[in-house]
Amino acid sequence: MSAPQETGSGLFGLMAEFETPTDIVKAAESVREAGYRSWNAYTPYPVPKLWELMEHKSPVPAMTFMGGLTGAVASFAFITWTQVVDYPWNIGGRPTFSWPAWIPPTFETTILLAGLTAGIGMLAINGFPKPYHPVFNVDAFERASQDRYFLVIKSDDPHFDRTSTESFLRELGPVEVSEVDE
Amino acid sequence: MSLIDVDIKNREELGRPHFIDQKETPTSVDDAISGVIFGKTYLWWVVGLAVSFGLLSVGGLGLTWLLMKGVGIWGINMPVAWGFAIINFVWWIGIGHAGTLISAILLLLQQEWRTSINRFAEAMTLFAVACAGMFPIFHTGRPWLAFWMLPYPNNMGVWPQFRSPLIWDVFAVSTYFTISLVFWYVGLVPDLAVLRDKAKHLFVKRIYGLFALGWRGAANHWHNYEKAYLLLAGLSTPLVLSVHSVVSFDFAVAQLPGWHATIFPPYFVAGAIYAGFAMVLTLMIPLRAIFNLHAYITERHLENMGKVMLVTGLIVVYGYATEAFMAYYSGNTFERFMMYNRVFGPYWPAYWALLLCNFLMPQLMWIKKCRTSTFWLFFASQFVNVGMWLERYVIVAVTLTRDFLVSSWGAYHGTFWDWAVFIGTIGLFLSLVFIFIRILPALSMTELKAISPEGKSAGGH
Repeated sequence: MSAPQETGSGLFGLMAEFETPTDIVKAAESVREAGYRSWNAYTPYPVPKLWELMEHKSPVPAMTFMGGLTGAVASFAFITWTQVVDYPWNIGGRPTFSWPAWIPPTFETTILLAGLTAGIGMLAINGFPKPYHPVFNVDAFERASQDRYFLVIKSDDPHFDRTSTESFLRELGPVEVSEVDE
Repeated sequence: MSLIDVDIKNREELGRPHFIDQKETPTSVDDAISGVIFGKTYLWWVVGLAVSFGLLSVGGLGLTWLLMKGVGIWGINMPVAWGFAIINFVWWIGIGHAGTLISAILLLLQQEWRTSINRFAEAMTLFAVACAGMFPIFHTGRPWLAFWMLPYPNNMGVWPQFRSPLIWDVFAVSTYFTISLVFWYVGLVPDLAVLRDKAKHLFVKRIYGLFALGWRGAANHWHNYEKAYLLLAGLSTPLVLSVHSVVSFDFAVAQLPGWHATIFPPYFVAGAIYAGFAMVLTLMIPLRAIFNLHAYITERHLENMGKVMLVTGLIVVYGYATEAFMAYYSGNTFERFMMYNRVFGPYWPAYWALLLCNFLMPQLMWIKKCRTSTFWLFFASQFVNVGMWLERYVIVAVTLTRDFLVSSWGAYHGTFWDWAVFIGTIGLFLSLVFIFIRILPALSMTELKAISPEGKSAGGH
């Protein structure tokens, strides 16, 4: 990194490293109180208080519902079309529209589309696959998946200031504060 | 205070043991579990994989001969057109069900003890369903045309017959495999990120990194992840119940005495979970001893699995009793004869062996000493593995040998090639298990960290 600069080119944000989940939750509370809005926390396992503090809303449940609904309607309509319209078959005089028999495949397709939306859709809205991300430029960050807790205030936050944000982060009792290159 | 917190508080007040050693930290969890992957290759692993692969090759031989000669090399003929292929299909898919039960249903019921065994059980589900899926495909006789079962626009102008349980099966089993795979992979992503970050060798780092998709554990990602994981569990729960119900419809929708029974769906689902827990114990007990995973797979885990085995076993026995009672109570000649034939007919040893394996032996699980002893648990689960196979043998083969007309009665026994393909799938299953424990974390590091004392201190979990 060259000389300290204001927001913008080259600097993604400032990263503070913490040793325990309790520390990072406390730090995140302070970051929020200080008025920062463009920040994120990186932890080895889910810490619900962090996304509550970020006021993050997850679109996954609504997406999954839509996926399931599509699966249900589309498969039932498709089966009806094949058996009633496209190629009606007389099987022992049973009605062509024998809908109870179509419930099992309709049910399975509903689950299939809802499940694929939940699993693959979640990865997609999280932006994966994403092999490169600025946070990986910090060497210590490899412990974010293991046993350390990281908080990043991004440089696009209106309150972000290279010097004052750094001293603010240092007051929160981190192990280390590092610059995250773009 | 969530239900889990209440549970933890109660457990502490009652002085009951935790499901993870309280000295464990995120660092120690990672080291222990990734140590299995990054550690040295043991001789027993090489030997085990070689033996499994040998068994798999027997299956390869059996399938090659099958493709050259046709299904006539199997013991099937009229009146028994459904032989080993269907028995093995139902057996394998049943084994898979315990994996989904552990990963999905116990998650919804907030049973914390599932955490250390779910990853392995989910892998077992996938491998078992892969083995199961082969049988109906080869049983069609012309497996290269198996795609005809899928509804796709074709130049023959016809569609699959959606009134048939066999087509329901195609939908149920393929959905089950797909959703199990997605559930398993979603659970693996954060662990793959751990392996990416812990790997020393650049190539190994890249491979794990590729499959970790760039996971970085951001809080908003975790939120979406948790929602998706819970939803997948919620979707898998009715799915797993529907899959074995649909499998049982293959029989119950037919008119044959011994098949045409309303007890079939719940009885099959309970049997599936029963067989699956026996298989989880069969694999987990040696794994725990070899890799010294006693801190994560505690005595309480094994005891709980023994209890589940006992309960589902009793439900299965209730199914047998209902079959016998309904045969008597229906007053129907053919139903009564079906039951008489099972118990005293030419295949009586299969039925009595089934009662020994599925009814008598699991009663050991009433005794706490047996439930907490790896030897007795392993011993009882071997009987269940065999017993559940015999159950399907009795339902499929014995029922078909003697139906309504005496003139169409016949006999059935599996041929060498039937056994070869069955042994081959056992080889495939074991080979996949051996490869899995060497290259992927058999226990979920992420979830274990979240239930470790440090993880609990963050609250909300």
